[in-house]
Amino acid sequence: MIRVQEDDFDIGAELRTLTEGDTSVGAVASFTGLVRDMAPIDGQSREIRTMTLEHYPGMTEKKLAEIEAEANSRWPLAASLIIHRYGTLEPGDQIVFVACASSHRQAAFDACQFLMDWLKTEAPFWKLEDTDTGGVWVDSRESDNQAAARWGKSPDTDG
Amino acid sequence: MKILYFAWMRQRIGASKEDIDLPGDVTTVDALVDWLVARGENYSEAFVKREVIRAAVNQEYVQFDHPIKNSDEIAFFPPVTGG
Repeated sequence: MIRVQEDDFDIGAELRTLTEGDTSVGAVASFTGLVRDMAPIDGQSREIRTMTLEHYPGMTEKKLAEIEAEANSRWPLAASLIIHRYGTLEPGDQIVFVACASSHRQAAFDACQFLMDWLKTEAPFWKLEDTDTGGVWVDSRESDNQAAARWGKSPDTDG
Repeated sequence: MKILYFAWMRQRIGASKEDIDLPGDVTTVDALVDWLVARGENYSEAFVKREVIRAAVNQEYVQFDHPIKNSDEIAFFPPVTGG
């Protein structure tokens, strides 16, 4: 399941719902991304007041659904979930949550990493960090491209 | 044709979306960018590093040699930074 929302989410409730009624599940792995209070901007560590996430409604949901379907084709998952927030967030706030349930832990761990790595390079979200000297758009990172590339090329990436 | 801009592309151009009548001789994403850039400084500044901009036609990533038509929805945006 995928959800793109402005509202916060409750990790405990999400994890309980994910596996409810399915006793074949032996492993649940999850990742939560949070807003940091500091970020390197122009080589200097700067304090972040808020972070605003913009996205492309329609394409975002489409890409997340494709990424989730790809994970389910690669690993034997009993259930999976991607939640990504948009709007203005503060340091400490939850941004993103992915969770995968499977019979055994390796599939759950690997699928979670895959979901995050592909989400980072494929899902149309952009982060604007508000600092005491104004708003700064976050740059994409080569390390994220490399992390995504280790799973093989995305079918629709333009490189 | 519906054109969407996101993040700093949106800020530099000064609009999040616009509807245009696609000229008949503009048949690829690249040709559309050339056409937009000729419209004003805000466009030429937004597209100054064309190689870093990503394009999506009907919500699918495409290369800049991808063909386009007037009924398409096209979006231009910087590399994505979610997660």
